[in-house]
Amino acid sequence: MKVAFELQTYKSEVKPTWCPGCGDFAVLNALQKAIHALQIEPWNVLLVSGIGCSSNLPHFLSTYGFHAIHGRAVPVASGAKLANPELHVIVTGGDGDGYGIGMGHFIHAMRRNLDITYLVMNNQIYGLTTGQASPTSEKAMKTKSTPQGVIENPIDPITLAISSGATYVARSFSGDAKHMAEMVQGGIEHKGFALIDCLSPCVTYNKVNTYDWFRQRVYDLQKEGHAPGDIQAAFAKAIEWPSVQRERIPIGLFYQVHNVPTYEDLEPALAKGPPVRQPLGVDNPDELIASFL
Amino acid sequence: MSRSEFAFRIGGAAGDGVSSTAESFAKICSRSGLHVATYSSYQSVIRGGHVWTQVRAGLDPILSHGEDPDVLVCLNQQTMDIHEGAVREGGVLLYDSESVKTQPSRRREGVHLLAIPLRRMAQQFSPNALMRNTVALGAVVRIFGLDMAHVESAFRDIWSDKKPEVAQQNVAAARAGAEATGALAESKVLGRGYSNIARPLMTGNQAICLGALAAGCKFLAQYPMTPASSILHWMAANGPRHGVVVKQVEDELAAVNMAIGAGHAGVRAMTATSGGGFSLMVEGLGQGGMTETPVVVVLVQRAGPSTGLPTKTEQGDLNLALGAGQGDWPRAILAPRNPEEAFELTAQAFNLAEIYQTPVIVMSDLYLSEGYRTVDQLDFNVPIVRGMMAADGGTAAGGYKRYKNTDSGVSPRILPGTKGFQFIAATDEHMETGELISDVLAGIPEFVEERRRMMEKRMRKLAGLRKDTPPPELWGPVNADLTLILWGSTQGPAREAILRVEAEDGIAVNSLEFPTLFPVHVDEALAQLRRAKRTLAVEGNFTGQFSRLLRAETGCKPDHVYSKYDGEPFAAQEIANRIREVIA
Repeated sequence: MKVAFELQTYKSEVKPTWCPGCGDFAVLNALQKAIHALQIEPWNVLLVSGIGCSSNLPHFLSTYGFHAIHGRAVPVASGAKLANPELHVIVTGGDGDGYGIGMGHFIHAMRRNLDITYLVMNNQIYGLTTGQASPTSEKAMKTKSTPQGVIENPIDPITLAISSGATYVARSFSGDAKHMAEMVQGGIEHKGFALIDCLSPCVTYNKVNTYDWFRQRVYDLQKEGHAPGDIQAAFAKAIEWPSVQRERIPIGLFYQVHNVPTYEDLEPALAKGPPVRQPLGVDNPDELIASFL
Repeated sequence: MSRSEFAFRIGGAAGDGVSSTAESFAKICSRSGLHVATYSSYQSVIRGGHVWTQVRAGLDPILSHGEDPDVLVCLNQQTMDIHEGAVREGGVLLYDSESVKTQPSRRREGVHLLAIPLRRMAQQFSPNALMRNTVALGAVVRIFGLDMAHVESAFRDIWSDKKPEVAQQNVAAARAGAEATGALAESKVLGRGYSNIARPLMTGNQAICLGALAAGCKFLAQYPMTPASSILHWMAANGPRHGVVVKQVEDELAAVNMAIGAGHAGVRAMTATSGGGFSLMVEGLGQGGMTETPVVVVLVQRAGPSTGLPTKTEQGDLNLALGAGQGDWPRAILAPRNPEEAFELTAQAFNLAEIYQTPVIVMSDLYLSEGYRTVDQLDFNVPIVRGMMAADGGTAAGGYKRYKNTDSGVSPRILPGTKGFQFIAATDEHMETGELISDVLAGIPEFVEERRRMMEKRMRKLAGLRKDTPPPELWGPVNADLTLILWGSTQGPAREAILRVEAEDGIAVNSLEFPTLFPVHVDEALAQLRRAKRTLAVEGNFTGQFSRLLRAETGCKPDHVYSKYDGEPFAAQEIANRIREVIA
C-alpha cells in the first residue's frame, strides 16, 4: 500500500544521545511507528518534553517539539492543546520529570482528561544527573543519593492514573518493541488523556531493574484476559506491582473508558473552533463598555 | 466657593456588606456623571475584623481616594472609635443609634450627628441584616443630593438574578433612610449640579482584562492570589464570550507554563498573579526568554515579604521582576499609572511579547488594581502587531532556522501545524536550528562561539524593546524647584500633592514618571534628570528599588527618597508634606 509518509520521514537528522542499549530507543521507535501507522502529518504533531535523558526525544523526530524545563512538560502541552486542539500533542519524559518534580501537573492533567498522550520512560533512576534515586526506585535500592537504600515507597503511576481520571492507562516494556508500539498507538488513537508507563531500563545506572529482570517478570494483561473497561479489575491489576509484590509485573492496557468528554469538549471558548484561528480584538466594544456604566 | 468634590467612608466588620454598599454608592456617583476613585481597606479574614471603604467623587477628575471623609457611616462601634476623628469639619457622622455610641471629645468642630436606628428600620422591609446598609445608603444619597433613580437602577442591576421583591425591598429601605436625614437632606450637594451622564466605572484589574481583550488575548491560566484574583474572576465570567480560554489551574507553575504552551501554539496568552505566585513562575519565565515564546505576565503587587500583608499595597516586587530567572534574557517591564494606562499598556504588552518573542511583565499594585475609578474613553481599536512570521517572509521550508541570527535579534516565528517548518524549541542552549549545543557540543570551540552569538542575538532584542516602550513622562511645569521620580499608582496621589503645594505654597514641582521600568530609557531619563534642580523619588518599598535601578543605569542618584512600606497607599497630604520638608 502506498502511504503519504514513509517511516523514515518521521526521523530527524539529529542522532540520539542515549547510551547504547538504553530502553528509550524502543520508545522512540514505537512512537515513530505509531505516528507512521496513523499517517499523521509530521507538522501536526507537537512533542513536548521536560528535562532528563528521555526528554531529549523530540529532537530525534521530525515533528514540531517543545523541550521545556524540568517537570513542566505537561502544563506546556496542556496550554498548546487548548490553544490549538487540532495538534496531536504528545508528552515524553522520564519518571523524575513526571512522577517527581512534575507530579502535581501529572495528576491535574489526568483530572482534566485533555486529549494528550503521555509517554513516561520509567527507568526507576535519575540518569542524566548520574544515578540518584527516583520516585519509582524500589525500596532498599542503593543509589548515589541513597547509599543505605531507599526508605520511601515507590510511586504507583498506574493506580494514580486510574484514580485521577485518565481514560487510557497502559504499561509496556522496552524489551517488547511490538507491544510498546501497540500501546503507544492505542494511546494516540484514544480520545482523552492517555498514560503509557514505559518500563525503559537504564543500562548505566540501574543495575537492578534490567532487561533480564523485567523479562523474567512481565506478563501481558490482555493475554490473561483482562478487560480494560472494568475499573475495579483495573485497580486490582494496577496494585500488583510495585504495591503488592515484585515477582510478576503486568504490562498492557489496564484501563480504557470511551466516550468520556475531554477537557476540550467541555471548554466553552473552544465551541467556535481552535482559538489559534479566531480573530483578535473585540467585536462590540460599546456593548462591553456599557456593562461598566 | 462652591464645593466640587466629596468623600464618603463606610466602615464595619468583614461580612457586614461594607464594600458592596460602597460599590453601589460609587456606581450611583458615576451614573450621576461624577468622577470617582475608591479604596477599600480590608483584612485577610472572611468574617469580623475591621474593614472600610472610601468613595471620593467630584465634578472634575479625581486623582486619588482622598483623605478625610465628609460623611462617615459607622456600622459598628469599632468604626466609630477609629474614624470618628477623621470626619471633616461640618461633615456628617451617620451611625446606628441603637448600637453605636459617639464620643464628642474625638470629633472635629461642627460635625453633624445623624443617629438612625438602621437595623430596626431595615427590619420593616426584610429580615436580611444587610438591609441596614441600604437604609444608610439612602440617607447618604439624599445628603449629597444624588438622584434616587440611580439607587433604584443600581439595585436592579445588583439583584437582577433575584426575585423583583428583593430590589423593591431595598428601594423602600433606601427611601426610608433618605427620609430620616431631616434637616441634613441635600446639605452636601456639589456646586455645579450633576450631569447624570454615566461614566464607566472599573477597577484597575478590569482595565487590564479589557486591554487584554482588545489585544486579542485568547488564553488566561491563573491561580487565585490577592490582589490579582479579580482578573481571573472577571475573565472567567466574560472571557469565553470573547473566545478566551480561562483556566484556574493547580499552581502558578502550571499557570505560566500553560500560558507559554499556548503562546508557543500561536495564541496571545497571559497569566496573572502577585509576588508569591510570581516567585513560582520565575523558572517558567526564563523558559519563555530562552525558547523565545511570547507571554504576558501581570504582576499585581501586594505588601511582602513572603505572605506579607495580603490585602495591602506595595511596590516591592521590582527587583523580583528584574531578576526573574537564572542567566540573562530579554524582558520588558511595564508599570501602568492609572486604569486607562493599565488598559493601554496591557494591550501593548501583547504586541511587544509577540514582536520580540519574549515574556513581557505588566506590574500593577493593589491600590491600582482593586480600587474603582471612572475612566475616560478607552480606545478598543488598538493596533495588533503579531511580529515576524516565517511564512510571511517566504522562507523556504526545509532550511528553516527558528532561531536565525538577525540584526534585531528577532527570528521569524512559525506556529506548530505549519507544513514543512518543523523545529524544536529548547530551553537548553541551542543553535539557530533549535538543535542543542548543551549535550555533545558545549565547549567545542566552534560552539563556544555559537553560544556567544545566541546570547547576543537574544539580548539584542532589548534595543528594540527600549525603542517600542513608552519613555518617561515629565508632568507639570518645566521649570520646577523639585522633580518627583515615580512609577505606577503613585501617580495619582503625587500629582495631587504637586497641585496642592502649588496652590497652597506656591511651590513649583513636577514629576518624572516611568511607565516603562525596563529596559530603562537611559537617554530620555538623563536628559530630564540633568535638568532637574533637585529630585525626590517616591516609592512604595523599603529600599527604593526603582531609584537604585535608575542610579545603576544613569549614574544619577535621587537627592531624596521617600519610601513607604506600611501597606497603606500614598496619600497626597503625606507627599505634599514631604515636598515641603525637602524644599525647606
